[in-house]
Amino acid sequence: MASRAHPNRLGIRGWVGGGRWGFERYLYTLHRITGLGLLAYFLMHIFVTSTRVLGPASWKQAMDAVSGPLFAVGEYLVFAAFAFHAVNGVRLALIEHGFLIGPPIEPIYPYATSVGRQRPLAVAVMIVAGVIALWGGLDFLTLR
Amino acid sequence: MRDRTLWTAHLGAGGLILVFLGLHMAIMHLGLTGDGLGVPGDKAIDWASVALRAQSVFFAVTYVILVGATLYHGLYGLRNILLELNPGPALRKVIDVGLSVVGLALFAFGTWTALAAPGAATTVGG
Repeated sequence: MASRAHPNRLGIRGWVGGGRWGFERYLYTLHRITGLGLLAYFLMHIFVTSTRVLGPASWKQAMDAVSGPLFAVGEYLVFAAFAFHAVNGVRLALIEHGFLIGPPIEPIYPYATSVGRQRPLAVAVMIVAGVIALWGGLDFLTLR
Repeated sequence: MRDRTLWTAHLGAGGLILVFLGLHMAIMHLGLTGDGLGVPGDKAIDWASVALRAQSVFFAVTYVILVGATLYHGLYGLRNILLELNPGPALRKVIDVGLSVVGLALFAFGTWTALAAPGAATTVGG
């Protein structure tokens, strides 16, 4: 959200370089990149698949135009991006609603950080995303 | 209040996408997985298969839900990214109105496609 009190001075540069940022901050960057990629693909997908309204010849022509090894790789990348974005999105929604991060604790030395609580969830969802991406990859390779 | 409602809708749309796009990916893009759902994966984009789905009310309804949820989720996400770049009030208005118009136009187009497809599906093809 835009804020007058705390303007985003780094702009888009702030996505990629953050000094001592943790693992979760880079998941945030990847979440945005995959989100924008999926949106771009989806907008094109609407138009390509709409050719079915024009009948079988138009459909075949459209499918022929987006076939071949390059598009197969692109299609797999879309699948992998979806796997990451979906699983990481579930993680973000869980954390935002206070799930799987434990109850609030007293700030007693030595101070515990929320990273210790959130990191296992981040690692777990990345493993799940990796397994889904691999599973999809095997399916793609088996078919094509 | 308004932003909170929009954000909640963003999360809700994400949940819908998770279910329906997951199903769509399984049927259309993951051949072996699609076989398990009774749709031959390597034939998913053949005209016969497309025509069969186009005449199904279930697929038409899920298609419209998926298009609406994905457009909202994606364009609202894009709006948040753009607003983080601190546009002035006038540019912010352009972003809000522009993305809303684009979203509504694409939703109308996608819905029309889903509704018109059954007619085209009766055409015989290879």
